[in-house]
Amino acid sequence: MRTFRMGGVHPADKKISKDAAIERLPLPKTVYISMGQHLGAPAEPCVAVGDKVKVGQLIANATGFVSAPVHSSVSGTVKSIEMVKDLAGRPGKAVVIDVEGDEWMEDIDRSEDIVREIKLEKKEIVDRIKACGVVGLGGATFPTNVKLSPPPTATPTCVIINGAECEPYLTSDYRVMMEMPEQVLIGGTILMKALGVDKCFIGIEENKPEAIKKLKALAPQYKGVEIVTLKKKYPQGGEKQLIDAVIGKKVPSMGLPVDTGAVVQNVGTAFAVYEAVQKNKPLFEGIMTVTGDCLEHQRNFIHRVGTPLSFIMEYSGGVPEKASKLISGGPMMGKAIVNVDAPTLKGTSSILYLTEAQTKRKEESNCIRCGKCVSACPMGLEPYLLNKLGRASRMDELEEHHVYDCIECGCCSFTCPAFIPLLDTIRQSKAAVMKIMKSRPKK
Amino acid sequence: MNTTIIFTVATLAILGLLLAIVLYIVAQKFKVEEDPRIDTVESLLPGANCGGCGKAGCRAFAEAAVKEGLGSIHCPVGGNPVMQKIAEALGQTIEAKDPQVAVVRCSGSCDKRKKTTVYDGLATCATIASLYGGDTDCRFGCLGRGDCEAVCKFDAIKINPETGLPVVDEEKCTACGACTKACPKQIIELRNKGPKGRRVYVACRNQDKGAVARKACLAACIGCGKCAKTCPFEAITVENFLAYIDYTKCRMCRKCVVECPTGAIHEVNFPPRPAVVKPAAPAAPAQAKPVAEPQEKKVEIPVEKKD
Repeated sequence: MRTFRMGGVHPADKKISKDAAIERLPLPKTVYISMGQHLGAPAEPCVAVGDKVKVGQLIANATGFVSAPVHSSVSGTVKSIEMVKDLAGRPGKAVVIDVEGDEWMEDIDRSEDIVREIKLEKKEIVDRIKACGVVGLGGATFPTNVKLSPPPTATPTCVIINGAECEPYLTSDYRVMMEMPEQVLIGGTILMKALGVDKCFIGIEENKPEAIKKLKALAPQYKGVEIVTLKKKYPQGGEKQLIDAVIGKKVPSMGLPVDTGAVVQNVGTAFAVYEAVQKNKPLFEGIMTVTGDCLEHQRNFIHRVGTPLSFIMEYSGGVPEKASKLISGGPMMGKAIVNVDAPTLKGTSSILYLTEAQTKRKEESNCIRCGKCVSACPMGLEPYLLNKLGRASRMDELEEHHVYDCIECGCCSFTCPAFIPLLDTIRQSKAAVMKIMKSRPKK
Repeated sequence: MNTTIIFTVATLAILGLLLAIVLYIVAQKFKVEEDPRIDTVESLLPGANCGGCGKAGCRAFAEAAVKEGLGSIHCPVGGNPVMQKIAEALGQTIEAKDPQVAVVRCSGSCDKRKKTTVYDGLATCATIASLYGGDTDCRFGCLGRGDCEAVCKFDAIKINPETGLPVVDEEKCTACGACTKACPKQIIELRNKGPKGRRVYVACRNQDKGAVARKACLAACIGCGKCAKTCPFEAITVENFLAYIDYTKCRMCRKCVVECPTGAIHEVNFPPRPAVVKPAAPAAPAQAKPVAEPQEKKVEIPVEKKD
């Protein structure tokens, strides 16, 4: 069984919500659609206050190469365009829409039928994906069309669909593979066509045997698609780690993943690509998990982008009494929810309730150079050293030790027996070093 | 026995002499001509190597002073007396600069600004600021983890554990500006010390709407504009729901301090006001809950001796 070669840890997988079928969330009264849904430049609203919008209507244009348009997820009236706080409490521009009914744009195919034949040509596919505002749903929300337009220096050779879902608790990707397996496979085929390659791997971790079985049974119908079973190890869903695990190639330091020939897309993205290309449906819905050991009913939902998190929490039975920390995303890399009224984004993958016992940090003690963090680091860095250098602000040495290669997976902090917040300091130093490197004049 | 000693001493003496000649020749041949004034200037500088002047250290300052003149550089640590001496040594004339001091523009002490989340990570302000707005609802305010204290080379800024805010020791502060750069919220700013060290300033950076700011912190500037209306010298402007006092226009009448409903305007180093001067505010002095209700008018006159 394949896996990536360097580092990695084994957190308990805790996929307690894996058997909960995807449910459709009811519509909230008001949605707050953020303009910063993706990595890169925020979109610019193209609707005015008082405008009537339909589901799937374009409400904001992309403002650069690395940017994505935003579509309305509901039908109703634009109430205002204002600053709305995100889940970390930072304000960002958002279009606020009062929901009235559920009227969709006519050109969206709402039928349940699976459209297998790909009619669009290579260039049309990329343009459609761009116009539909599809972004990477594996966490980074990087605009998908940018990934499908590799620089002329790189030649793509294969597509890798990321079904690893290595973060504990999260099951949204699993449910997509279980409930929309064919759509994912068609999505993969579309991505192959868009890149002009003839190979597509779908990497799935061994802890999802049903999904592997299901996809393996369907895969022979799709030419070039191969299902790869991966050993369970975190962070296998990281782009660089997945490439290493599936095709055994290393992404060079400071290089692009496409330099290895592989273009990685999440299963959620593959599904979104299918919907955009085959059904002409822009990305305005997302699939998310609501879970936690202290939660009575584990759920998986389809949410409309812009639904307030508090609405979802209320609908799924309220915040459990024992919960002391709310996280959006997985427990390893997710972000703490500070503002429960924050709206969901395209990339919102979960609401996770953790108890105090699960989250309380233990008291930090001294580093004894045991080297556990070094063997856990999937990028081959020396976290203990970066931590020391970071605390002494020795920027030149941090750069020498490749702090910029850190993928912020948190394996070092997870494994440290002295409970040193390694990632906290490394993330700081990485940002500082990257800033210095960017400010240098280019040769 | 004697010959051994004589031989050893003689050998070492000859060796020493030879090496001295070599060293002398080398020193003459590769002599670096350096302006002797650089050494003079360096000896006059405080030698803190704090970087407050914008140069890498005192030596770099001295080199720049000799090469480029004193027009654009200033040693905030030595201040005017040192700069005057350097100018004399270099035969230049300079204008005296107003001495500056670090000013903390946040008054959200623990009792006025409730904590709304528990932060359990690495205790530095920079880390918190990179993750979210902070553990109170005010995303502009002091985070209280003491990044400013950690960078201060003069032991001049300390976090007061009671208020959770930094306090500047005006005697020790040299206005090197290290804390202003370390603060991720840009709360600390260098200001002119003012006559007799007296200053009036807005101790808040909150640019949220009044209601939001007030909800997050009872001491926040809510941008009501009362101070701007009161000011007889038009020194106060309100922008983004935040008042700003232009100290070149401020004549320190302190009317704004009395007028401010939240106490966000601070006065420093003034003699205490006579107790009879009560503002003609409509607030009933008998009300028992100061600063508890949003609409509450200010009751007490703030004679805060900050810093």
